[in-house]
Amino acid sequence: MRRSHEPVAWSLFGAGGMLLAFIGPGLVLTTALLPWLAADDPQATHAAIGALLAHPLGKLLVLACVALPLFHTLHRIYHGLHDLHLPAPRLPLQLLCYGGATLLSAVTGWWLLQV
Amino acid sequence: MTETVTVRVQRYRPEEDTAPWEQSFEVPYSEDLSILDALNQIKDQQDPTLSHRWSCRMAICGSCGVMVNNEPKLSCKTFLRDYREQAAVTVRALDNFPIERDLVSDISGFIDHLETVQPWLIRSEEQPVSAGAYPQTPEQMQRYAAFSQCINCGLCYAACPQFGRDPAFLGPGALALAQRYNLDSRDEGAAQRMQWLNAGEGVWSCTFVGYCSEVCPKDVDPAAAINRGKVASDINYAVNLLNILRGKDDA
Repeated sequence: MRRSHEPVAWSLFGAGGMLLAFIGPGLVLTTALLPWLAADDPQATHAAIGALLAHPLGKLLVLACVALPLFHTLHRIYHGLHDLHLPAPRLPLQLLCYGGATLLSAVTGWWLLQV
Repeated sequence: MTETVTVRVQRYRPEEDTAPWEQSFEVPYSEDLSILDALNQIKDQQDPTLSHRWSCRMAICGSCGVMVNNEPKLSCKTFLRDYREQAAVTVRALDNFPIERDLVSDISGFIDHLETVQPWLIRSEEQPVSAGAYPQTPEQMQRYAAFSQCINCGLCYAACPQFGRDPAFLGPGALALAQRYNLDSRDEGAAQRMQWLNAGEGVWSCTFVGYCSEVCPKDVDPAAAINRGKVASDINYAVNLLNILRGKDDA
């Protein structure tokens, strides 16, 4: 029997799911809600986020927080479409979902290097 | 006058029917009447040509699986009293399997899958009988105990949409059984079984719909077993990749 290469997709899916579950709510709170609701000085918060993005570890964290959930979501959509009996061949769908996640991750990486 | 219930039973006699059809029977109702009792009442008192499988009447043998109102059920463990709200009870052969006759399914594909995963203790070297049993602590037994409760009834296969679309998929029962032996401290056959789990027809055909675990009459939770199998297959994939990078053969 031929070994499936699904573990690659499933690992990214699992990592994205874990990340979303553990730090997703915290990220929404600290980057989207708190600066507007609680912080005295939104401009200082903006500068702090800018400093985070300037640091290599900060870039890596943001890349992980964008790329892994992308793979998670598109993997689930890909298999969800199969479960919904979408009458489409697998390869174009795989290209669209995993290719899309790869492309958007690459764009994020490129953008992070520009900051 | 005795209260009766309408039981609609799927009929299919390959020598005279081109397709399955439905026949209605009125069965005398009582609180403790199971679907199996109703089927036996029909066969004994109304139509002796009805074919259905059954044996133990107590959810141990796993032979009386049927679809009751579109849900996979053991007919011995399902009671008419739970369907009193509905106009009729419909009974048909298990989904996803070819029908042999009436309510009898051909489950040979499922049996083949069970044999594929080598569901027995594999030892690299068998110790002689005189050496006694292979000891195991209660904690070691707990690791696989739930997965060993399977009675091979096939309800999880009737529930699985992936098996329905691709009968080559090893399916929930066989994969749970593979996991049951892979987690057994006395077993040394995991490497042999992993080749089946690693394949597209192994754990990777599962999209975690989870209906198999819902319908399982013995609470085996095959969906959890498959997901643990995915973790094992994932690690196996990474180890194999490292071995290839170190110049070893692709396993």
